[in-house]
Amino acid sequence: MNNSKRLLAGPYLLWMTGFIIIPLILILYYGLTDRNGAFTLANITAISTPEHMKALWLSLVLSFVSTVICLVLAYPLAMILRHRGVGQKSFIVFIFILPMWMNFLLRTLAWQTLLEKNGVINGILTMLHLPSQSLINTPGAIIFGMVYNFLPFMVLPVYNVLCKIDDNTINAARDLGASPFQTLIRIWLPLSFPGIVSGITMVFVPALTTFVISNLLGGSKILLIGNVIEQEFMKGSNWHQGSGLSLVLMIFILISMALIAKYDKNGEGSAF
Amino acid sequence: MNKPLIDLVNISKSFDGTLVLDDLNLSVKENTFVTLLGPSGCGKTTTLRIIGGFETADTGSVIFEGEDISKLPPNKRQLNTVFQKYALFSHMNIAENIAFGLKIKGKSRAYIDDKIRYALRLVNLDGFEKRSVDSLSGGQQQRIAIARAIVNEPRVLLLDEPLGALDLKLRQDMQYELIRLKNELGITFIYVTHDQEEALTMSDTIVVMNQGYIQQMGSPEQIYNEPENAFVADFIGESNIVPGIMLRDELVEIFGARFVCVDKGFGNNTPVDVVIRPEDIDLVEPEKGTLRGVCTHLIFKGVHYEMEVTTPDGFEWLVHSTDLCPVGKEVGIHVDPFDIQIMNKPASEDEEAVGVNE
Repeated sequence: MNNSKRLLAGPYLLWMTGFIIIPLILILYYGLTDRNGAFTLANITAISTPEHMKALWLSLVLSFVSTVICLVLAYPLAMILRHRGVGQKSFIVFIFILPMWMNFLLRTLAWQTLLEKNGVINGILTMLHLPSQSLINTPGAIIFGMVYNFLPFMVLPVYNVLCKIDDNTINAARDLGASPFQTLIRIWLPLSFPGIVSGITMVFVPALTTFVISNLLGGSKILLIGNVIEQEFMKGSNWHQGSGLSLVLMIFILISMALIAKYDKNGEGSAF
Repeated sequence: MNKPLIDLVNISKSFDGTLVLDDLNLSVKENTFVTLLGPSGCGKTTTLRIIGGFETADTGSVIFEGEDISKLPPNKRQLNTVFQKYALFSHMNIAENIAFGLKIKGKSRAYIDDKIRYALRLVNLDGFEKRSVDSLSGGQQQRIAIARAIVNEPRVLLLDEPLGALDLKLRQDMQYELIRLKNELGITFIYVTHDQEEALTMSDTIVVMNQGYIQQMGSPEQIYNEPENAFVADFIGESNIVPGIMLRDELVEIFGARFVCVDKGFGNNTPVDVVIRPEDIDLVEPEKGTLRGVCTHLIFKGVHYEMEVTTPDGFEWLVHSTDLCPVGKEVGIHVDPFDIQIMNKPASEDEEAVGVNE
């Protein structure tokens, strides 16, 4: 019985070893050695150079802002969705995840065309005799791209956890004298916290590590830590440096997750 | 003696075009235990939710102490609800759950602590303050839900099938607990259930509902002993409902046999329905019975035997008795006059649904 169950886990174990554990060990190895294979911490400490610090800081700020915007947009939407009839609900959710069926790169490229100096949006502005705006290659454009791409990942977990909250729990709070606002603060938010946490994880982590969005919408002017790592691997061919910086980034992700987990008493929904 | 506390006036409610409550009128007196009893879909829970403020009636009004509260949101009403599946706040411990309503009202820390201790003692769960909701059994959670409601000193406690999810033994214990609470606290209970035994055990007044109408309202004894129509008779306990002819006052003919009864005022030679409870049928020697039959079925039920006696006309009488009558034996059926309940025949299905409006 038990043995045959273990056999079922075999394919995944194989997958995990080949594509998760070994690559991680390789990154660890590359990150802690120099070109000659000798142990060094130089790849890690390389983060302290001003340009790397600037890229890391910018990444943290932009990811944080994007995550906050996603949350502010997603929570009311998920709340409205929860209170809709079943038919309407699934239709709106469907509409919402529809863009996810299209390639992520294509969608970001489309935004590049829209935001360009001579792009669609500026074209409309000119037609209306309004001054054209420099939209592309700004931190704003990157945030926009992040929010656009990652919003569904915030909506779905929040929506799912809101759906699990029993109507009568809310009724009970109202019955005990809580106003709609007090019910939101004391009941809705705490009970949906696991969903918020997994939403934050699903938005913040990919936003922190992205280089595609910043490449396409930020141009070469704005370097995020993802871009720096990408350049080390692709252009500089310095795998050691790239791995070292990746390790630093991982540490930052671990720290932010630990901070979130600390507030997630139930331990549901968090990434760990 | 008691003045009316809540009046429901001409309440109608429909969901998606289906009428759930049709022009319902109900008056609840202060400090009584009122039970809304009926099969699922009869409108009893909707009635409770309209009183609690979780549903709005399409027409009609809810009057609380002479004041129309139909438009008030639930948090502005002087009543509290105990929900079917407890609806405790899982992110709070027991003390925080009980304190919720009091904190909202801005009561002092000392007052709240006092109240928590008092409420926990009342529901026999002293020392449970720091426990988590998940660590409690169903019955304990239900008692916390009651404690959470009563600390707010509501004038009325609404209970929506609160014992539905508990097992039989626990349910019976909680029934006595609720009666005790009601007597100790002196507040009005409005209780919703589909369990007739629960209703009979606890209530001062039972309101039997079906298809959005009140079928009968009265004390448990009235409802059980003097059902006003076939639905009530059938829903409250088991009964034999047989067609009969009211020959004159205090005499009814059933399957050609004449039974003396105590009912009057039905006129002469009027077709009626006759209700006889299975435990009210006495099995006697064949020659002494008003009707004769043969026992065709026998089951031992613990407290009594359940038997079926088939009379020549083919009707199977359900009989509960501690005396055994073996299958195949001929017996006589005797019923005491005061155990016979006469009801008017409904003229049509519709009239049966409308039932009786007091």
